[in-house]
Amino acid sequence: MDTIIDLFSYDFFMNAFWASFFAAISCGIVGTYIVSRRIVFVSGGITHASFGGIGIGYFLGWSPLLGAAVFAILSGWGIQLFTQKGKVREDSSIAIWWSLGMAIGIIFIYLSPGYAPNLMSYLFGSVLTVSITELYLMGTLSLVLVLFFTLFYRLVLYVAFDEEFAKTTGLPVNLINYLLISLIALTIVLNIRVVGIILILSLLTLPQATANLFTKDFKKMMVISVLFAFVGSFAGLLFSFYVDIPSGASIIFTLVLVFGLMKLAFYIRQNLLSRD
Amino acid sequence: MKSKLVEIKNLSVSYDQQRVLEQATLDIEPLDFLGIIGPNGGGKTTLIKALLGLVKPDAGSIKFHIPLKKVGYLPQINQVDKRFPITVLDVVQSGKAGTRFLNVFRKDQTDRLHAEKLIDEMGISAIRHQAIGELSGGQMQRVFLCRSLMNQPELLILDEPDTFVDNQFESELYEKLKELNQRMAILLVSHDVGTISYYVKTIACVNRQVHYHPSNVISTEQLASYNCPLQIITHGHIPHTVLSMHENHDHHGHHH
Repeated sequence: MDTIIDLFSYDFFMNAFWASFFAAISCGIVGTYIVSRRIVFVSGGITHASFGGIGIGYFLGWSPLLGAAVFAILSGWGIQLFTQKGKVREDSSIAIWWSLGMAIGIIFIYLSPGYAPNLMSYLFGSVLTVSITELYLMGTLSLVLVLFFTLFYRLVLYVAFDEEFAKTTGLPVNLINYLLISLIALTIVLNIRVVGIILILSLLTLPQATANLFTKDFKKMMVISVLFAFVGSFAGLLFSFYVDIPSGASIIFTLVLVFGLMKLAFYIRQNLLSRD
Repeated sequence: MKSKLVEIKNLSVSYDQQRVLEQATLDIEPLDFLGIIGPNGGGKTTLIKALLGLVKPDAGSIKFHIPLKKVGYLPQINQVDKRFPITVLDVVQSGKAGTRFLNVFRKDQTDRLHAEKLIDEMGISAIRHQAIGELSGGQMQRVFLCRSLMNQPELLILDEPDTFVDNQFESELYEKLKELNQRMAILLVSHDVGTISYYVKTIACVNRQVHYHPSNVISTEQLASYNCPLQIITHGHIPHTVLSMHENHDHHGHHH
């Protein structure tokens, strides 16, 4: 059996390592914004809508990820536009885009000649088959996110916390909202290969839930989320490798386990130890 | 000195085709302490939101004679998410968000020091690093009051700052507002008619229409004629003059 050190001599493992590293950075940061602002299900809508782009990508013979990115961004804007201008309730607006995207995806994959070979890897993730191009994209996105959230930290925080008040102070709230929803869409699409459409929400919420046990400060929550996301995805990756199970599911399982253990530890500390 | 801070003329606002404000006209004078009263759903908050540019009016005009960034705002407490991961200090600093946009690279130092000073003056230094979710209603209102003062406003707009607070804080709050009123105009929305009439200088009744009353003494007859049906309730040990009333109405309140 290979030791962990041996594993790093395999190219596919190195790629998977970098993929989970970048996934931790992008999902840790963006997820903190999503969770704090309670737009987890907006993100769910975007995730599933992106399936439409994957279907069209297959059908036209283009990169499915490109199609997914276009669909993700458009659905993000669409959800926001429907809610703001169309007076559609937000959850209904999410459902419309969510199911529309899935329907388009199913139709075009059905119409595509032959069997769609990596379809399963988009649905359930396949971190061991991530390509170098995808790694570069993920790395770039992580860098952009780190820069954006550092430079505009306070703007993001203020708009996320109290949008209406932020408007009264003269902040371009709409612009910031559309920019952030685009960043969320790109984060989702580029991490689909790591854990898949079905499971990506957990990478955007579980590390944050764990981090939230330790801090109630937005900035610290981003940093701690990145840490937990990395620990969870790397441990999950190793686990999937040794036990030979799908990596996406293994990563999510590890993230849940970490959250469960931490929550239990906090529960014990608060309820049992404080009685002394 | 300018004669008016804000002039609202014939303002009409609707939500989902339902008229909430009809032809509202109201001026805000410098250093006024204007109490806005009226029944629930009468359009008090809508008037404020139109004033702040948060809702678009159907008709009418709002003319500011001061820059908009010199308006401080304290929204209703239930507007914010109390479990949001943000500390008191950051909430207060967000009061100066607008000027931060063009100064991304500027250090926080000036804003931070100013925020700390306001927090000290409000007597809540001990909680400045706490998350807002850990605060009591009174502490939270103090934090939001600090936030609304961050831009050194000339007009302070407060939407029910007296909800979710205890009696002691309520009287402290009004004393604080009295002190602030020496340097800025205050527009206060409240449902506690009895208490605010002791502190405010003028009153506006908002019930679809706006009736301005240039004094802090108002009778139930006047309220009725303004189409502003309000039950006058007073409570607590806060010093207040009950709105002047005729004898047949005196069971509504008590004098101190």
